[in-house]
Amino acid sequence: MFPNIDHKELPRALQHMLERGQSTAAQALPRRSFLKLTGALGLTIGVFPHLAAVQSTRAAETASSLKPTEQPAAFVQIAPNGEVTVTVNRLEFGQGVHTALPMILAEELDADWTLVRSRLGTNDAAYADPLFGIHLTGGSNTIKNSFTQYRELGARARAMLLGAAAARWNVDVSTLRTEAGVVLGPEGRRLGYGELADVAMEQPVPGQVTLKDPKDFRIIGRPTGRLDARAKSSGQQDFGIDFRLPGQLTAVVARPPVFGARIASLEDSAARAVKGVKAVLRVPLDRGAEGVAVVADGYWQASQGRDALKVEWDTSAVDKVDSEQQLAQYREMATRPGPRQFDSDMAPLEMAPLKLEAEFVFPYLAHAAMEPLNCTVRLSDDRAEIWMGSQSAGLDAGAAAATLGLKPEQVVVNVQMSGGGFGRRFSSTYDTVIEACEIAKAAKAVGLNAPIRTLWSREDDMRGGYYRPMHLHRARIGFDKEGNVLAWDHSIVGQSILTGTVFEQFMVKNGIDAATTEGMRAPYPLPMRLTVHHPEVNVPVLWWRSVGSTHTAFVMETLLDDIARATDQDPVAYRMRLFGDQHTSHRDALHLAVDKSGYGKTQLPAGRAWGVAVHESFSSVVAYVVEASVTDGQPKLHRVTAGVHCNLAVNPLTVEAQVQGAAVMGLSMCLAGSAITLKDGVVEQSNFSDYTVARITDVPEFDIHIVPSAEPPTGMGEPGLPPLAPAFANAVARLTGKPLRQLPFNLT
Amino acid sequence: MISLNINGREHEVDVDPETPILWVLRDTLGMSGTKFGCGAALCGACTVHLDGEAIRSCGTPISAVESGKITTIEKTTDGTDRVGAAVHAAWVRHDVAQCGYCQSGQIMSATALLASLSPGAQPTGEEIDSAMAGNICRCGTYARIRAAIADAASTLV
Repeated sequence: MFPNIDHKELPRALQHMLERGQSTAAQALPRRSFLKLTGALGLTIGVFPHLAAVQSTRAAETASSLKPTEQPAAFVQIAPNGEVTVTVNRLEFGQGVHTALPMILAEELDADWTLVRSRLGTNDAAYADPLFGIHLTGGSNTIKNSFTQYRELGARARAMLLGAAAARWNVDVSTLRTEAGVVLGPEGRRLGYGELADVAMEQPVPGQVTLKDPKDFRIIGRPTGRLDARAKSSGQQDFGIDFRLPGQLTAVVARPPVFGARIASLEDSAARAVKGVKAVLRVPLDRGAEGVAVVADGYWQASQGRDALKVEWDTSAVDKVDSEQQLAQYREMATRPGPRQFDSDMAPLEMAPLKLEAEFVFPYLAHAAMEPLNCTVRLSDDRAEIWMGSQSAGLDAGAAAATLGLKPEQVVVNVQMSGGGFGRRFSSTYDTVIEACEIAKAAKAVGLNAPIRTLWSREDDMRGGYYRPMHLHRARIGFDKEGNVLAWDHSIVGQSILTGTVFEQFMVKNGIDAATTEGMRAPYPLPMRLTVHHPEVNVPVLWWRSVGSTHTAFVMETLLDDIARATDQDPVAYRMRLFGDQHTSHRDALHLAVDKSGYGKTQLPAGRAWGVAVHESFSSVVAYVVEASVTDGQPKLHRVTAGVHCNLAVNPLTVEAQVQGAAVMGLSMCLAGSAITLKDGVVEQSNFSDYTVARITDVPEFDIHIVPSAEPPTGMGEPGLPPLAPAFANAVARLTGKPLRQLPFNLT
Repeated sequence: MISLNINGREHEVDVDPETPILWVLRDTLGMSGTKFGCGAALCGACTVHLDGEAIRSCGTPISAVESGKITTIEKTTDGTDRVGAAVHAAWVRHDVAQCGYCQSGQIMSATALLASLSPGAQPTGEEIDSAMAGNICRCGTYARIRAAIADAASTLV
């Protein structure tokens, strides 16, 4: 959901944030506040292991030498009945970390899985990414970065329980062992974790812990149903939009039709007359824009009030983007020299026996998560409490503090379960939280002190920007009859996502945004020259599930297929030849997909063709072998076989789900109508009527296989997306003889 | 005051008759299991049953309900409805949900489909797809939705 980041670069990122005054609220939050928070959540008594108790023991030194992210107190609570509640340091928005992280912790704790529960955290420093030091759900990083962290947390808590049992029985700790939530001692003695939790609180928190041998894992690696499955299958799961405080009001915002525009005139008497409307407020919006918030008892009254507003907008000072003109400009830019990501001798291109020229176009894409954006703010003179589905709780808290004129430690962000997000819930400008805070502030200024939930309509969400950027790629490739690429001259034009964000300093180098070029060339040993242009456009852009790979994988994997086809080579064999004896993960994933699909062995029904693609993103590799057909110009995807390499699969059931889901999102990109376009500065789409996302009738059969591995796990939230569209396109091209050069597909 | 029969109980609500069922459920009655997705009957997240038929509550004003009986996800999956219980169990068994936001609507559409079949009948793949085509899942749980519906149907035989 946001690009690959080398954690060694993080200190510079933090420095950058501090310079921008967006320090994470959490890091300034006193530990006492954390305790108060824990108590306020009203979990069963026997909160374990209590930080205050820990700090009062002789082990205070050990405990305090651990970072907040290493303190079991912030992550594990054990109730007297043995229920273990694990706090998740990320946003859960479908990807399954709400189950996978507790699995990891429970493994080392030796918990009884049937008694494990899960909850989401806050912007407290304990819940920062342990490698990055900022709160972050993105880049498919959760499992990758928190695997060891959660194992150690579980092992520390287990050691404290063992210490408690040893004290209780007056035996040496070496005579004890644990099993599924129970400490077992000499002479058949046994005590449940719930019975030991009180005493365990007094135990020292160990710094160093010994972790299990992976061959002894009994929870990690086992296909495990989600902890939230029942609640999510009965309407009982609360999401951010469902959070409700007594007396809470709802705000909707009339936003300008063009990004950054302001109010010329406002007539709001009819809006104020709508039953249930409490206030109409002019509020500053993102990008210097201005809007009108209508605050009412509920969403319907607020939106009726908004409909009754008479607003004239002043769009004179802002650029009005027209997608067609923009494409013409991009096309022209692609021919110009510019900064180069890769450089290689292009002289062989002109002399090459075979040549290929291609232009690719990719539109803006909306995340279109099912739960519209929302944020609830309760504001008092010296404190703000916020409830929102945030991928970046610390940065959102910092932005809220700056907006409200509070100190960072006066803001708490309670991370709420979210109905999707795909990157949109980490706004690089914090637009969602800032807007909600501006509304709360304006309401308070007119004497309205109720908590306010700002809720976006679907149209607000669809037209609200922060899209996957539009891109144009241009390739000129020279190769020989064996398919050896002699020179590959490539240009990409597209807005930079990371410029102006906390990641700019170390992800934008020499004028090239790494989020634009990720997925280009690698892992193929190609003599490529890659020129990049980043135009500035009055359309806000953002990371979108798998980020740069949403377009680079399509370009790379379809062009390689073109070369294979032009030189009469099998697309699998051709890729394998390019991998050589390197890139084991790619080879294993592709082999597995090919083997399980029947490719090369099974004769497909008439009218169907195979398509293949393989791509690495976020350190995981996914290969697809698909079957597709074309009827009356309509492409149809029938079957997808996947080979997945994510090292150790913590929860294979979730890995399968993530691959299916990412593939469906990749399929969406191919479908007619999956594009955001602008005319005269106005976004032309508004809802699911004119912005296509895949429905059940579009969806193929899936057969997903994971390459066995015991290596430390990598993430799977995003890597299933990039190779789907090129695999589908390659199958279609085999049927029509014509390569596809744009998303969504255009077969005319 | 308008009288509404929701999940077998009479409710008196003092709202504009043009208010969609969705917002009466969510904001007036505090029943948040039914979700807001699009506000335009395009995504199915708000699906409820009106006299047993799946409808989009975001696009149906309460004035259109009259004496009709509204059933929501809370009632359908509370264990008292045989078909609803089978669908809920299959959803859990197949680990269908990802973010879970659309699943109330998916389950309401699936339950309406299975309840409409003659006793013992199994829905075909086409029938499942056709009944579920109005429900968007951006997480892409469709393959498991198909499997769960077929499985739920088999447990109802």
